Amino acid sequence: MTTVTAGALAPVRGRARRPVPVMIAGGFLALVVVAAVCAPLIAPHAPDAVDLSASLAGTTSQHPLGTDASGQDLLSRVLYGARSSLLAPLALLALAALLGVTMGTVAAWRGGWVDTLLSRVTDVMYAFPGLLFVVLVIAVFGDGLTTSIIALGLAYAPTIARYTRSLALAERSKPYIDAYRVQGMSGTRICVRHLVPNLAGAIVGYLVVLFGEGLMSLATLSYLGFGAGSPSIDWGLMVQEGQDAVVQGALLPALVPGTAIAAVVVAFNIVGVRVSDRLGKGR
Amino acid sequence: MIRGLPRRIAGLFATLLAASFLIFAAVYAAPGDPAVLLSGSRQELTPEKLAAVRAEHHLDEPLVVQYGRWLWDGLQGDLGRSFQYRDHVADLIGARLPTTLELVAYATVFFVVLGVGSGVLAALRRGWVDSAVVGGTTLAASVPAFVAAIALVSLFGVRLGWFPVTGQGEGFTGRLHHLTLPAFALALSALAVISRVTRQAMAEAYASDHVEAARASGQSERQIAVQHVLRNALGPIVTMCGLVMAGMLAGTVVVETAFGLSGIGSLLVSAITTHDFPVTQAVLLLMVIGYVVVTTLVDLVHPLIDPRVAPGGKPRSKPEGKTA
Repeated sequence: MTTVTAGALAPVRGRARRPVPVMIAGGFLALVVVAAVCAPLIAPHAPDAVDLSASLAGTTSQHPLGTDASGQDLLSRVLYGARSSLLAPLALLALAALLGVTMGTVAAWRGGWVDTLLSRVTDVMYAFPGLLFVVLVIAVFGDGLTTSIIALGLAYAPTIARYTRSLALAERSKPYIDAYRVQGMSGTRICVRHLVPNLAGAIVGYLVVLFGEGLMSLATLSYLGFGAGSPSIDWGLMVQEGQDAVVQGALLPALVPGTAIAAVVVAFNIVGVRVSDRLGKGR
Repeated sequence: MIRGLPRRIAGLFATLLAASFLIFAAVYAAPGDPAVLLSGSRQELTPEKLAAVRAEHHLDEPLVVQYGRWLWDGLQGDLGRSFQYRDHVADLIGARLPTTLELVAYATVFFVVLGVGSGVLAALRRGWVDSAVVGGTTLAASVPAFVAAIALVSLFGVRLGWFPVTGQGEGFTGRLHHLTLPAFALALSALAVISRVTRQAMAEAYASDHVEAARASGQSERQIAVQHVLRNALGPIVTMCGLVMAGMLAGTVVVETAFGLSGIGSLLVSAITTHDFPVTQAVLLLMVIGYVVVTTLVDLVHPLIDPRVAPGGKPRSKPEGKTA
C-alpha cells in the first residue's frame, strides 16, 4: 500500500542552495522562537490585563491585533501563548522519542518476542484513528496539559519505534557492529554508544516533521477543552475562547491565534521536509 | 482474494477484540469509584448502599467477566445507560449517527472530486499549475481542522453570509446547505493527501513503458491519460480514498464541535467532559469498529481494482492525515 510522507512529492531540485520557501519558513520560525523568548520585553500589554472598556476592539494603535471579549490585548496573548504552544510539542516529542527509540532499538536488536510484542502493540494503537487513543487516555485520567502531552507521547511512540526499528535493522548488519562485538563489547553498550548515535540524524529529521503534527494535535486538544486549562495562555485555547465572538462579527479573537497555529505548522512542515531530506540522506 | 480471506477476517476480529478490551479496561482502571457516580452524589452513601449499587451493575465481578458481559450486551445492541442523560446509549447514538454519516459522506464527495481532480491536473499540466497544486496542498494539510472551520465560518458565514452558522437545516437542500462548511473543513486535509497520492500515482504510471508504446502507436494524449495512465493509477488512489474516509469518523469530533452539530463526535466530547463512561466507551468502540472494518475492506478490494497486487499480502498501514 502506498504510504505517503509529507515530503514524497517535494521538488528535489536545488539541493546545493536552499530554496526560497525553506529560507522564508526557517526565518519565520526563528522569529517566532525569539518572540516567545522575549515576550515580556516586546509585548505591549500584560497578557492577562483585563480592560472591559476595550472589549472586542478592532485593530487600533494601542491594540495592533485587537482585543478579546474581556479586553485583553491579542498581540500580547499570542506572544505569550507561543511559549506553551512551542514548549509542549517539544516535551511531547522528547517523551515519544525516548520511548519510541528504546522500543525500536530493542525490537531490532533482540528480535523474537520483543519484536512481535512491538508489532502487536502498534497494530492495536493503529486501530484508533486520529486522536482517538489520546481521547481515551484523557477520558480516563482527566483533562489537562500534562495528560495531553503524556497521551500524545504514548500515541506517537509506536510510529517512532517502527521507524527506528527499520533503521536499526539495516544498521545492525553493518560490519562495524560485528567488529565491536568481536572486541567483547556488550549489546547494550554497542546500542547506546554507537548504534543509536549513528541513527540520530535520521531520527531527528523525522522528529522535526512530527513537530508540526504534534503542535497541531495539542492545539486541537486545547481547543476541545482537553488540553491547557483556562488561566494559562495557549493558542488552541485562545481559539476556543474567541469562537463565541465570531458570530457577533468580531473575527480577530479566534482568527489571530488560529492564523498563528496554521503559520507555524506550515513553516514547520516546509522546514521539516527539507531537514529530513538532508539528515536522512544516504539511507 | 479467497486464499487470504480467512486470515484477514481473523486478524480483523483479533484487532477489534484487543481494541475493545483496551477501551473497556482503561475505563475500568480509571481513578474514582463508578458506584459513587452511578448512585448519584446527593444521597447518603453508606457502604451497604454502595455494595447494592455494585451488585446491581455487576461492578463486583472480575474485570474479564465484566468485559465479557459488556461485549455480549453490546453485540445485542445494549450498550448500557448514559450516566448523564439516563438514556439508553444505543438510542443516543442512533439519534446522532445520521448527522455524522451525512457529514462524512458529504466530505468524501468533496475530497474525492477536488483531491483527485487537482492531482490529475497537476500531473497533466506540469509547470506553474503543478507548483500551485503542490503549494496549495501543503498549506491545506497544515491548517488544523478547527482553524479551517473558524476561518470558513468567519468568511462565508459571517462576512459574506452565504452559509448559515448554526442549526441543522430542514429538508435535503437545507441540510446540504448547513453541512457544506463543516464538510469542507473536514475534507481539507484529506483533500491534500488524496491530491498528492493522485499526482504521484499518475507520475509513476506516466513513466512506464506501455505509455511510451501507446504514444508510439499514435494514440491521442487524452486517450493515453484516461485509458493507460489514470486506469493504472486507480489502485493507490481508491485505496487511499478508502483509508482517509475511514479515518474521517474520528475527524468529526473536532468539526462537529466547531460547528455545534449534534453528531456522535460532539457526543463523545460532551461525554468525556461529563465523565459519562458508558457513552464514551460506546462511541469510541463504534469509531474503532468503523475504522478497522473499512480499512480491511479497502485492503480486500484493492486486488480487484489492481490485479498486480498480491491479495492479503500487505499489512494495513495508517493513512497520513492524522488530524482528528
